Amino acid sequence: MRIGVFVCHCGSNIAGNVDVGSVAEQALSLPDVAFASDTMYACAEQGQEGIIEAIRDHGLDGVVVASCTPRMHEPTFRRTVERAGLNRYMFEMANIREHVSWIGKDKEANTRKALDLVSMAVSKLRYDRPLTPKSFEVNKRVMVVGGGVAGIQAALDCANGGLEVVLVEKQSTIGGKMAKLDKTFPTVDCSSCILGPKMVDVSQHPNITLYASSEIDELSGYVGNYTATIRRKATYVDWEACTGCGLCMEKCPSKKSADYFNEGVGTTTAINIPFPQAIPKKASIDPDFCIRFTKGKCGVCAKVCPTEAIRYEQEDELVTEEVGAVIAATGFDLFDTSKYAQYGGGRYPDVITSLQYERLLSASGPTGGHVKRPSDGKEPETVVFVQCVGSRDKSVDRPYCSGFCCMYTAKQAILTKDHLPGSQSYVFYMDIRAPGKLYDEFTRRAMEEYDTRYIRGRVAMIYPKGDKYVVRGADTLAGTQVEIEADLVVLAAGAESAKGSPRMAEKLRISYDKYGFFMESHPKLRPVETNTAGVFLAGACQGPKDIPSSVSQGSAAASKVLEMFSKDMLESDPQVAAVDIKRCIGCGKCVQTCPFGAIEETDFRGQPKAGVIETVCQGCGLCTATCPQGAIQLQHFTDNQILAEVNALCRQPLVTSFE
Amino acid sequence: MSPAYAYYPGCSGLGTSMEYEQSTRAICEALDVNLVDIPDWSCCGSTPAHTVDHTLSCALAARNLGLVEKMGLDTVITPCPSCLTNLKTAVHRMGDEEFMRRVNSLLDEPVGNTVRVKSVLQALIEDVGPEKLAERVVRPLSGLRVAPYYGCIMNRPPEVMEFDDHENPVAMDRLMEAIGAEVAPFPLKVECCGASFGVARKDVVARLSGKLLDLAEANQAMAMVTACPLCQMNLDLRQGQINAATKSQHEMPVFYYTQLIGLALGLDESSLGLNKLCVNPGLALREAERKTAEAAS
Repeated sequence: MRIGVFVCHCGSNIAGNVDVGSVAEQALSLPDVAFASDTMYACAEQGQEGIIEAIRDHGLDGVVVASCTPRMHEPTFRRTVERAGLNRYMFEMANIREHVSWIGKDKEANTRKALDLVSMAVSKLRYDRPLTPKSFEVNKRVMVVGGGVAGIQAALDCANGGLEVVLVEKQSTIGGKMAKLDKTFPTVDCSSCILGPKMVDVSQHPNITLYASSEIDELSGYVGNYTATIRRKATYVDWEACTGCGLCMEKCPSKKSADYFNEGVGTTTAINIPFPQAIPKKASIDPDFCIRFTKGKCGVCAKVCPTEAIRYEQEDELVTEEVGAVIAATGFDLFDTSKYAQYGGGRYPDVITSLQYERLLSASGPTGGHVKRPSDGKEPETVVFVQCVGSRDKSVDRPYCSGFCCMYTAKQAILTKDHLPGSQSYVFYMDIRAPGKLYDEFTRRAMEEYDTRYIRGRVAMIYPKGDKYVVRGADTLAGTQVEIEADLVVLAAGAESAKGSPRMAEKLRISYDKYGFFMESHPKLRPVETNTAGVFLAGACQGPKDIPSSVSQGSAAASKVLEMFSKDMLESDPQVAAVDIKRCIGCGKCVQTCPFGAIEETDFRGQPKAGVIETVCQGCGLCTATCPQGAIQLQHFTDNQILAEVNALCRQPLVTSFE
Repeated sequence: MSPAYAYYPGCSGLGTSMEYEQSTRAICEALDVNLVDIPDWSCCGSTPAHTVDHTLSCALAARNLGLVEKMGLDTVITPCPSCLTNLKTAVHRMGDEEFMRRVNSLLDEPVGNTVRVKSVLQALIEDVGPEKLAERVVRPLSGLRVAPYYGCIMNRPPEVMEFDDHENPVAMDRLMEAIGAEVAPFPLKVECCGASFGVARKDVVARLSGKLLDLAEANQAMAMVTACPLCQMNLDLRQGQINAATKSQHEMPVFYYTQLIGLALGLDESSLGLNKLCVNPGLALREAERKTAEAAS
């Protein structure tokens, strides 16, 4: 076997504290190494051409590149060796950047360790065998989880691109947080007027199947061939029959039900349609408040319903859908402002959240768009906005900036002046973060044209005094303490990950960060992909986002799905488990161990044997470690290959770099 | 009889806040809370020590904790939030072995840091409980509307005190409800009264304590209820000074919560030290009685 070794400088990233020349030189003495050199940027065009040239000139059978993480460039170099006529699995990578140069400053030790890693890669490569991917068919249907604006955009783009789309929404209507907003920044256009038509498009699109009041129970399968189990929660109304006439809402005697759509400002009926533009426009019963459910009496809605759609005995129903890709667009939740006890959110009636205020501003809200104090219905004269409630505050474990609060606060201050020209608004802020298009101009308008008084500093406490609220805080620019007597206080709640997002991530087999936001594959270059093939991200489930970013990401995720589905067949990764039939004793231990259900018991001339379903196998290697006979081996990571690496590392003279 | 507590009265309990000390002992006896005095207890370090030397300050508190260990009791309770802070801070800091070693090097006998510290308030709310208290009430204070004021250190810092909510504590509110009193909303529960600025900067106390009295009055409280000798002194003893400085006319009695509980339990007024209060509580108490009688008839 003739092996070539290429040691990358990565500019000064590696060469800065690894003697790359010496590593290349010493690599020449490793067994089977026929060629070795160092190169400035192995991944650049010139570097890749150099590798191809060397393969041809020296008749190489395999290549080792010592450079950065395989996550970044393993596919790049596999393509390179393939262009030179080698099998792409006759390639190994030694990570001497993240594992060596970035973590240690001792050049001598670094050089030794780099050589160790190269020598391990060479030893493994000597046992590498050409592998060939198999191809499999793709089911060109996509499931979008979450019907907020990001999910809606992704679903429409996919559907318009000709794909069949399954849209699953937890609530009884799509629209998400955006549907609750009165106006949007920085254009101050009506939120439901721009979102409404898109929602209607979803309901009328022939390619979209909408499951509202539904959740994902389970997702199994693999890229191109996922099976989703969807739980359609009982709404106690037959949605086939319901016409959304609203007669049941008029007659329902239980009028004190929690109004989730209006953020608890005001109440609704136990059977309700969340808002007039709801999609689907179907009624559902809240069993916590329904008199029929709580006391066993009533039944008015069943009597008045003209289409006899009420089903008190309805139960959750499970449906399965086969799809090839999944877009997660599960959105975010707002920070629970009552965690700041010193502000009294949740305790004082006129200290409300920004989203509650949004409902007070909205014409379809509980006050018909009139700004009134929840306690006594009076119009407030002084409104104080407190920003960064649950943002940029380590003490409540929310050190990150939520990104949109500065903007929606400016918008709400402007709208307050529009609604109540005689009012005065104050905004307590930490910094103004308004980097989007026309954003800074917008916050300036709030200050300059709408006379909103911006005070830089945190609010220490809020307390009621008579029928006013004293807002006490610091003015860090003036270096003084300030107290403002407000009629209404609006807490600009920060964003946090949606409740249960870690559980959802586990169902989708994707990663999430310490705050529960889903992790993208690469923060800059693969922002809508996940590390699970075929699962994409859109919107605020990945981190706080405003509407333009959510919509962009919805479209981006859709384009990724369309790209994937532009091929009829996908290639499966050949780095999967394979069974040596002669050695297998059919004990079935691997079948029990496999977390993906990728191994089945087969019959070979009357003997039970293990069989791998290659498209399901994820290449984790659990079965390999379990098999008592060593009969099941992970291709490209066989026992022999791993032992060869270990032996290379333990060879004399004793290597010190791993001590 | 409930399990015994070691009892740490603190120095102000024997001087400026005798009525707190007296009434605490009286109601504990009435509620079968067994207090055992710590023999030869000494100063907890009070306010000055920790501004000079943390180790020394903790050693002063730790000496008392060591005495409690020797008594064979596992919990010490004290009425004074300032003593409480010093004792709890010592326990908290001595969680660090190196620190504990330094503290022990200052003491005659090493302390094992096994003792738990609670305020009397915490013991009453957690170990006696408002339900049992309510059962023992013979003279409900139903006509009395009170503003409970906790002061700034009873619940803070939360990681040391580990009791109630540090922004909106409710323990005293619950006890007041249990004895039938009406609790007025009082959002400045944990605001500073000016503390020991009463000596150096009377204007600061006048402003801060004045604000507390203003809000209590604005919320129609007939009296304030405190749990801290220093807060009580600033609000009660200095009320005349505050009135003069802020041009107000407050005449707000400032009780210790133990005094009101004692009254509700039907204890003799002389055992509760009501005569030690500067602002005469008689008017408020008579008004409360009148309202109770009115409601009953």
